[in-house]
Amino acid sequence: MSKTSLEALPAEGGLGNEPLLAVDDLHVEFATRGGAVKAVNGVSYSLDAGETLAVLGESGSGKSVTAQAIMGILDIPPARIPKGEVRFHGTDLLKLSEEARTQVRGQRIAMIFQDALSALNPVFTVGWQISEMFRVHRGMSKRDSMKKAVELMDRVRIPAAKQRVNDYPHQFSGGMRQRIMIAMSIALDPEVLIADEPTTALDVTVQAQVMELLAELQRESNMGMILITHDLGVVADVADKIAVMYAGRIVENAPVHDIYKAPAHPYTKGLLESIPRVDHKGQELYAIKGLPPNLLAMPTGCAFHPRCPYRQDNCVTDVPPLYEISGTRNSACHYWREVLDGDQG
Amino acid sequence: MATKGDTILEVRDLVKHYPLNQGIVFKKQIGAIKAVDGVSFDLARGETLGIVGESGCGKSTLAKVLMALERPTSGTVKIDGRDIGRARGGELKRMRRNIQMVMQDPYTSLNPRMTVGDIVGEPFDIHTEVAPKGDRNRKVQELLEVVGLNPDHINRYPHQFSGGQRQRIGIARGLALQPEIIVCDEPVSALDVSIQAQVINLLERLQNEFNLAYIFIAHDLSVVRHISDRVGVMYLGKIVELGKDTEIYDRPAHPYSQALLSAVPVPDPEGRENRERIILQGDPPSPANPPSGCRFRTRCWKAQEICATEEPLLEIRPGTDHESACHFAETHDVVHASS
Repeated sequence: MSKTSLEALPAEGGLGNEPLLAVDDLHVEFATRGGAVKAVNGVSYSLDAGETLAVLGESGSGKSVTAQAIMGILDIPPARIPKGEVRFHGTDLLKLSEEARTQVRGQRIAMIFQDALSALNPVFTVGWQISEMFRVHRGMSKRDSMKKAVELMDRVRIPAAKQRVNDYPHQFSGGMRQRIMIAMSIALDPEVLIADEPTTALDVTVQAQVMELLAELQRESNMGMILITHDLGVVADVADKIAVMYAGRIVENAPVHDIYKAPAHPYTKGLLESIPRVDHKGQELYAIKGLPPNLLAMPTGCAFHPRCPYRQDNCVTDVPPLYEISGTRNSACHYWREVLDGDQG
Repeated sequence: MATKGDTILEVRDLVKHYPLNQGIVFKKQIGAIKAVDGVSFDLARGETLGIVGESGCGKSTLAKVLMALERPTSGTVKIDGRDIGRARGGELKRMRRNIQMVMQDPYTSLNPRMTVGDIVGEPFDIHTEVAPKGDRNRKVQELLEVVGLNPDHINRYPHQFSGGQRQRIGIARGLALQPEIIVCDEPVSALDVSIQAQVINLLERLQNEFNLAYIFIAHDLSVVRHISDRVGVMYLGKIVELGKDTEIYDRPAHPYSQALLSAVPVPDPEGRENRERIILQGDPPSPANPPSGCRFRTRCWKAQEICATEEPLLEIRPGTDHESACHFAETHDVVHASS
């Protein structure tokens, strides 16, 4: 598996042959009373500067756990990383000492969390929390760091930043709180920004504001961005390439236009078809039958086979490798040709 | 579909204000949160009315007032011609049988210490005339079968089910008393994409089977379009636009509806660079102190002096084919603008 996925994901440009960030055959397990839960099961993806990678998946698919492993914020134990690499500029972060990781975390790879209200500390002012970045990582004085915080709040377009720097998180609306999170994450000009469901808790109008802001910041500083989401609309809007996750594995990855035109995995296809569309009005929606698998009792062979309309006998027994469809595209389905053709026909 | 049945629910000038009090011992009212502030609409038998709007616009308060869980400050909610807002005692209890609710969060809206049979059968405890005692288990099993659950699971607890299945339990409970109206408050927003479609299909099937009328409250505009016959757009406690689904989605006339629709990400990357986007600045104002005149004027790009002084009424405006509350209403197709 590790060999194929390495070859299957060629580095696109980047520094020498090495992309900015590469996750390679990552496995994460959690120890539970019922046994080890394999939350991430051999995930590989790569990211270049200025690029947006969307990681798409339902709850429990392992998309957030992968991100937490990259950031180094998994609780170990109960989590365990038995196998895999996270290479940043060619260096495996998982092998670094805790001090060296702290240098990377927040400064060079930063993260935005879904729920800004619980990610911010309610008993400190937002200015204090933003400026903490500069005090801890840059050794700035209180006064200088607070000035920086105001600058950053301006940059993420919080109105009247100077007056609001001493307000507490609860005094801001959901959209403004998410901007504060963004301000904290971009404070030290990171090279990689991981956004874990940054707009899920927000209304569509506010979501549009926040996504526009993120795109603009990305253009300004040429950050690589990993956008973790389950919203196929948001992905279509901003992503350059997509990795679709199901039950801890990547089942398909491809450039954004290819995947929406003709998905090569039955799960991706099912997701796209289950979106309500104008021309399907009044008809029954396509629904993927069944439920996502229990990670403690994974189906044999392909994890998607109990729900798959393309299932054949070997799907029940053989785990499909990540087949290469083209230089930039992979699908973990034995019958990706049929899936691909079925959509075009 | 809109003309299919006669009117079953009639809402007129519905207002719900929550008082804002100051002081602990000597309370005095210093204002009010105007959660719902003058809403009128009709709902026909077998019809689905979608209600969309941002959080805080009063969608859920509207649902509570319709269910008579909150008393309206003024205005009427008539079910089959009788005002549920004024009903008391036995009459209210009988009326409630006819309007039921499906809640948003299937994780918190089911009591974890009750079995599925008890949850779905609980409405029968209150309305004993619907199902005689000996008949209850059979009724509950029938209901479970109707919503696509295994009737043998009647003695299981909610935690043994997945999110989508729990939502089905909630729907079975809503159906128990054979209501004619079901208020669905964000019934699919807590579910995963692949499960959402299953629940939406179930709701549509039940509607056809039992000729149910739905009030479908949601913030996901594509889901609302799929299921609704008519759609109302709410902003700060008022309906700003009301019309058939095609009228609202293809020919929105109110600037707020246009902004809302253009903000919805389209699940197709083709042509994303040239797509029209109206990005509203700032957040909605507080419902405790809404702007004078038109409530949307503080964020509107069309706002003129008249918008601050005169409140636009919800009516059919020249050049448009459905009701909108804007002095400068003008249809503009934002969804297909790029193509």
